[in-house]
Amino acid sequence: MYWVKKNLPKIVISPSFALLAWFVYGFILWTAYISFTKSKILPKYDLWGVGQYFRLWSMDRWHTSVSNLFIYTVLFLTLCIVIGVILAILLDQKIRGEGVLRTIYLYPMALSFIVTGTAWKWIMNPTMGIEKFFIDIGFVNFTFDWLVTSGMSIYCVVIAGVWQSSGFIMAIFLAGLRSIDDEIIKAAKIDGAGIFSIYTKIVLPMMRPVFMSAIVILVHLSIKSYDLIIALTAGGPGTSSDMPAIFMTQYAFNRSEVALASSSAMMMFLTVTAIVIPYLYSELKREDGKE
Amino acid sequence: MKKLIIAFYIFLVPSFLNAAPTVEVLHWWTSGGEAKALQVLKDDFAKQGGIWKDMPVAGGGGDAAMQTLKARIVANDAPAAAQIKGPTIQEYDEEGVVAPYNVNAVAKAEKWDKLLSKQVAGHMKCDDGKSYCAAPVNIHRIDWFWANKKVLDSNGIKMPTSWADFNSAADKLQAKGIIPLAHGSQPWQDATVFEAVALGIGGNKFYKKAFVDLDPKTLGGSTMVKVFDQMRKLKNYTDAGSPGRDWNVATGMVMEGKAAFQIMGDWAKGEFAAAGMEPGKDYLCSPTPSNNGYLYNVDSFIFYKNAGKDKVEGQKLLASLIMGKNFQKVFNIYKGSIPARLDVSMDDFDICAKKSNADLNTASKKGGLMPSFAHGMALRGAQKGAIQDVVTDHFNTDMSSQEAAKKVAAAVKASL
Repeated sequence: MYWVKKNLPKIVISPSFALLAWFVYGFILWTAYISFTKSKILPKYDLWGVGQYFRLWSMDRWHTSVSNLFIYTVLFLTLCIVIGVILAILLDQKIRGEGVLRTIYLYPMALSFIVTGTAWKWIMNPTMGIEKFFIDIGFVNFTFDWLVTSGMSIYCVVIAGVWQSSGFIMAIFLAGLRSIDDEIIKAAKIDGAGIFSIYTKIVLPMMRPVFMSAIVILVHLSIKSYDLIIALTAGGPGTSSDMPAIFMTQYAFNRSEVALASSSAMMMFLTVTAIVIPYLYSELKREDGKE
Repeated sequence: MKKLIIAFYIFLVPSFLNAAPTVEVLHWWTSGGEAKALQVLKDDFAKQGGIWKDMPVAGGGGDAAMQTLKARIVANDAPAAAQIKGPTIQEYDEEGVVAPYNVNAVAKAEKWDKLLSKQVAGHMKCDDGKSYCAAPVNIHRIDWFWANKKVLDSNGIKMPTSWADFNSAADKLQAKGIIPLAHGSQPWQDATVFEAVALGIGGNKFYKKAFVDLDPKTLGGSTMVKVFDQMRKLKNYTDAGSPGRDWNVATGMVMEGKAAFQIMGDWAKGEFAAAGMEPGKDYLCSPTPSNNGYLYNVDSFIFYKNAGKDKVEGQKLLASLIMGKNFQKVFNIYKGSIPARLDVSMDDFDICAKKSNADLNTASKKGGLMPSFAHGMALRGAQKGAIQDVVTDHFNTDMSSQEAAKKVAAAVKASL
């Protein structure tokens, strides 16, 4: 009885731990294994080697996907944080109607990426969206055709993604700002600091953990991004707004290239690991050091 | 205790009684006309005392269904039948999930070899062409021009009989502010137009060498460059809103008279019919210019390895019904296609379907009957995808025709 009591927490979490180990880490290993085979339409288990990785990196389409992912992640991350922080600081000025404004900014997050994608597809479509609107009201030479232009459509994805997520980032930062002690700000004011330097020199540096959560959330959102692109451009025009997640699904399920798709999945996995783990590690270490 | 016994009977007894033929059918015919067409088969099956377990997976033109199907097969729980067509049938056979060809006995008994054209029958056979493992439901023609009759008449234009003809008609229309070609630039639609152009400009032999035999010299050759040149012209005949547009929206543009032509398979008829328009009167259909060419897409059901008497009987019954005259006729009237079975009367079909049937026979005699590559009839997924990527990239960027031809050859080589 004592043993049970002592080990109760472990017993309680062990089923979920086992399921997690199998369905997440087990399948990551399985995917890794498949990526070293010659599997075509269905998985096969005869090892072949690293040939799929060579094939993958020789494909134009994969290079497009990777560079799009890079463009998207960098812009999405930067813009979301910049806009999120600015909105949060503005809302933090104890203004009237803050509750209403906060809800308005946060609302896009309540939509699914499919809805966002479809709505922005219509807004940015040159024959019925913004471009047509401006032409109709008299600006005959107005053009906004990024959505249908190869090489520019990825920026449309950024616009839609930022619109959806920056409000959420604002909410995170607003919570962070509220948790900062008023006394510190008052003390800084007495010392003669301006509002700008209070924020840049005191408040924002204190919010390092908030930046960390925001960055982790945004990076994983952007690497996973699939539904937004499917709804907005479906990878087009051509394959110009392709992303690794779309590449992977198409090769696995439409093109009988299960092994190649697995190798692309492994590349995505390694990318996430390479970016997120060192960052988490350094941030967590810093916190340990403080205490 | 009583409840337990009742539960016992509810769960166990039916499995003893359940010797009726049973099939579980995975498909993605869930939209209006298609669902109606499939209902014919379901009713036929029920009338024969069978139990039909429907497994519709909607969305994405079959993408979602493929995911479900592969998961089921890997879990060793393949459905009795699934909507699989073209060389993918043989691809599954090579994985060992189709043998022992439960429906071959039915095919032999009903003499499918005589009821189907040789080319269609070839697609239905596994095991190096020795045994039937799939049943065809229809023949879609891909290389169609659909046109708004009013627009053509008022501009004095006839259905084009050569690509040069089309180009001059298109120039004329464009000058008047009408969009010559309604098109949705999604990869599969770009490929659909591309194969019609390839068959027309390159000719039958070129098409076969390039998209069936995958001959590297033909894929990267000068004829391919010409095909891409025509694609560039077609791109300029589309409007700015074309990328990403769904095919039926493009058909709508033809119906409204905003655009004159569309190149699309004969499922486009369904859209015209739904708007109450009649072929020959409100809209026109004619094959895209080619030398007696005909691009076909044969939808079919593959029958996977299934054990258990009820399931095997179910597969046999389903195969026999799919090839039945009644189903082949009613289904295809709804679907817009023509029967795969040769001896079905075409009397009740519309003029476009009649034309399709007549052209099929001519093309078959003159060596112009070709499997559609864009719709997965000519090539396996990997090669089809490789060509499609280049086609859609060429169409949507300013890539030169020479570069595109070179890329097609390289992409196919890399995918093999």
